[in-house]
Amino acid sequence: MDSVLERINKNHFWKFPGGIHPPEQKFLTNDKPIKNLRLPKELILPLKQHIGNGGELLVKTGDKVLKGQALTRSDNPMSVPIHAPTSGTISAIKNSIIAHPSGMSELCVFLTPDGQETWVARNIVENFYSLSKKNIVEKIADAGIAGMGGAGFPTSIKVNTSPGLKYLIINAAECEPYITADDLLIREHSSAIINGIDILNHLLEPEIILIGIEDNKPQAIAALQAASQKNDKIKVCVLPTKYPTGGEKQLIQALTGQEVPSGVLPLSLGVVVQNIATVFSISEAIINDIPLLRRVVTVTGQALQKPQNVWALIGTPIQHLVEQCGFNETEQQRVIMGGPLMGFALPTLQVPVVKTTNCILAPTNIEISPASKELECIRCGQCSDACPSSLLPQELQWQAKAKEFDKLEELNLFDCIECGACAYVCPSQIPLVQYYRVAKAEIRHNRVQDFKADRAKLRFEARKVRLEKEKVAREEKHQKALAARKAAAKTSEGQANNSAIAAALARVKAKKAQGGEAETTGIDSSVDGGDVKSRAAQAIARAKAKKAAQQTTSTPVTVESDSKSQAAAAIARVKAKKLAKEQAAQAASEITEEIVKPEVAKSKVAKSKTAEPEVVKLSPADEKKAKAKAAVAKAKAKKLAKEQAAKAVTEITEEAVKPEIAKSKAAKSKVAKSKVAEPETAEPEVVKLSPADEKKAKAKAAVAKAKAKKLAKEQAAQAASEITEETVKPEVAKPKAAKSKVAEPETAEPETAEPEIAKLSPADEKKAKIAKAITKAKANKSSVSKPSSSISDDDKKKKISAAISKAKAKKATATINKEESE
Amino acid sequence: MEILISILVFGLLASGFGALLGYASVRFKVEGDPLVEQIDALLPQTQCGQCGYPGCKPYADAVANGEAINKCAPGGDDTIKKIADLMGVEVQPLDENHSVDNTPKVAFVIEEDCIGCTKCIQACPVDAITGAAKVMHTIIADECTGCDLCVDPCPVDCIIMIPIKQTPETWQWDLQSIDVVQID
Repeated sequence: MDSVLERINKNHFWKFPGGIHPPEQKFLTNDKPIKNLRLPKELILPLKQHIGNGGELLVKTGDKVLKGQALTRSDNPMSVPIHAPTSGTISAIKNSIIAHPSGMSELCVFLTPDGQETWVARNIVENFYSLSKKNIVEKIADAGIAGMGGAGFPTSIKVNTSPGLKYLIINAAECEPYITADDLLIREHSSAIINGIDILNHLLEPEIILIGIEDNKPQAIAALQAASQKNDKIKVCVLPTKYPTGGEKQLIQALTGQEVPSGVLPLSLGVVVQNIATVFSISEAIINDIPLLRRVVTVTGQALQKPQNVWALIGTPIQHLVEQCGFNETEQQRVIMGGPLMGFALPTLQVPVVKTTNCILAPTNIEISPASKELECIRCGQCSDACPSSLLPQELQWQAKAKEFDKLEELNLFDCIECGACAYVCPSQIPLVQYYRVAKAEIRHNRVQDFKADRAKLRFEARKVRLEKEKVAREEKHQKALAARKAAAKTSEGQANNSAIAAALARVKAKKAQGGEAETTGIDSSVDGGDVKSRAAQAIARAKAKKAAQQTTSTPVTVESDSKSQAAAAIARVKAKKLAKEQAAQAASEITEEIVKPEVAKSKVAKSKTAEPEVVKLSPADEKKAKAKAAVAKAKAKKLAKEQAAKAVTEITEEAVKPEIAKSKAAKSKVAKSKVAEPETAEPEVVKLSPADEKKAKAKAAVAKAKAKKLAKEQAAQAASEITEETVKPEVAKPKAAKSKVAEPETAEPETAEPEIAKLSPADEKKAKIAKAITKAKANKSSVSKPSSSISDDDKKKKISAAISKAKAKKATATINKEESE
Repeated sequence: MEILISILVFGLLASGFGALLGYASVRFKVEGDPLVEQIDALLPQTQCGQCGYPGCKPYADAVANGEAINKCAPGGDDTIKKIADLMGVEVQPLDENHSVDNTPKVAFVIEEDCIGCTKCIQACPVDAITGAAKVMHTIIADECTGCDLCVDPCPVDCIIMIPIKQTPETWQWDLQSIDVVQID
């Protein structure tokens, strides 16, 4: 230790390996004082300007804010707040491109200054020694101070350590060839900086404070030496100019001779390094209670007429900065944030100055030539000579190109500080740093992925264990129940010498038989129309019809004209459609005019009976029901679509239809009257009938979705065959039917059916009825993969569509009847 | 006599080594197949089942027993290459039956449409969906592996897969976009 201090006292410092001497360009800006800029029209303040997380917003659009008012807050120590750099109005809070090489957007607060510069109430402490250390750290955190040298690490974390450091190092090296911001700041505000150092001294109580500064800033050195005379703990250490002396680890090595090992923080060596601009901000925050609102930015480059250091408010658009310095935009103009060696070209000039922005470089193309073509590595080894971290850049480069990430880590890629010295010396002009950055990003990404994969694995395993447990528990329960049943069976049927298994079998059989009976009776009752259960029975019948439709083979249709009901005609139409699918034109032509005529004529009477009562009853159904039913409808449509085998289409024989028709009318009218709506028939109706437009829309959307899915799953082409003209014509020919567009050939595409429903929505009751019919029809039809779209806007149409739906229900029961008769 | 001696010596040696091996096989017995663990570690653990096995571990098991190594769609060519390295077999292109789109995605429940049927919860291999019967479900995005398995069971199609957005933190440097050059 003594020898180290002795060496320091003798100004006899160490060397770090490598390093380069790029041509100095500091003369562009180091002879002019820091200029105050006029207020920009708008300030853009990214919520996150440092390493860590952004805070949560405290303001909203339209709020008036005062200068120095905090705009975000956070309980997370890795997060520092941002402040309003001037008074004004929050004009927007939205995503905007941030100062990041990716050119991506992040959430930013847009502040329109009012020019008043009205300060928020400040609490200036005369003597900071009166504050507790905790208070000071808090104040530093509240002032939003994050490392201003480039990395943006929250300063409050860095200074919140137990006292007893060996070295506090103040980094004033500023080694990038263009940047003079720290130089000018020291010259103009050396006493404030020394105050800041005093505060840090008070907090950290280091044994010695070293200010590392390169020998190319004589005026700054003189200013610091003059200001630091009172405090003999402070030692201004003048180092030879070499890039990258300003690197944290390099500066520590140059000043103390200690190399910071890989993966170790300087703190563990008893060293804390603070950038000098950060120290100035600390002084402002503690002594004047001014949060971090502005910083010195070197605006330089030969594309500017007046390159200069400026006081830029955080959030000032770069455009404003360069314009103030006489920016002449040239062709292929690049504007670089940061120095030429470590900075990045900005995606746009609308990005704002952030807490880590120390330089804006607008070079001409002669000054910094655009990237030239990369040549093969000639293995000259200059890069490893230049590397300040003693890495092997050329090997890293090969492995990075080969994406050998394990080897890259073995070669300590993560010790690379991306200083760019290797790329600078490379005679083949290989952009080495870029390869490292890409590789680093990918390795980090892989780490995150691995972490996620591990978690997923754990969760998967845990789930498996849980499922296993549940299964065992279930089995146990079943076994217990079985045992209980056995015992019960034994006691109740004392004499029965059947074994328990036999009994169980018998029970199962009995159940089955019962179920079958119930179904048949149900159907019967629905047909008779006298049973109260008729609705449920109908549902079962329908379900069966669907199934049957998939299994049974088709029989040709020869429907005779039935003068009684329009329903019959509707059935005929349905059949015609189905038939068309199978046998296209010929079979369909079998349907005669007679079928159509009577139907149209009589439709009025029958329809009014069935449709209206239902409407009346169902309309009051409340919102939730409607929604739930819509969902059920959706689910069913989906299920049906899955089940159906599109091709097998069955036709209903005449015999089956006739008796059924006669009975079904009576049955239906009863169904409609009885209060409890049976889910299958009711759902679509309710959906359509519910008064609120919104819900209707929702239901429709649901139907549409279900259909879309169904459609995708179907084998479109064959099943969707069109109804031939022959089938259609007869209907159209009749005067009455002509008006209704019912008979228009349908394309059999679910999508087309949908818009039609939508069109009808304005008409309340009619629409409702029609929609009901359609949905019903569709649900049924989905088994044959073709929704009917027979819709019209007048009464008859309405009725006809209702008839279709009815007919289907009947058809279903008919199928059952047929089955039974067989 | 010499023959007897040599037989005796070799017999002793053989029984000695045999005993040693027997002891070692008991003492240093390895539970499970270490190869399966290694393969499992290479798989992306999305538990998506696209390989035809109910999870990554079962597939790893199958691969160790001779199943094709090119069935992991989310892992893509990288994973195939790694498994090939580990197993000492040829790298194969991804099985054609499997989708090649392995952009990271995360499932999202369209909450207005959710009916609370819990079907997706049952389908999720990593328990990344919360909810209960008849209440809205939602996806824990951080735990979602983007496996897609919840999409199909949904009766109302309210689950969609959203590609994960890039943020400046997850951004991958692109060689073209970097523009820092030497100065001379």
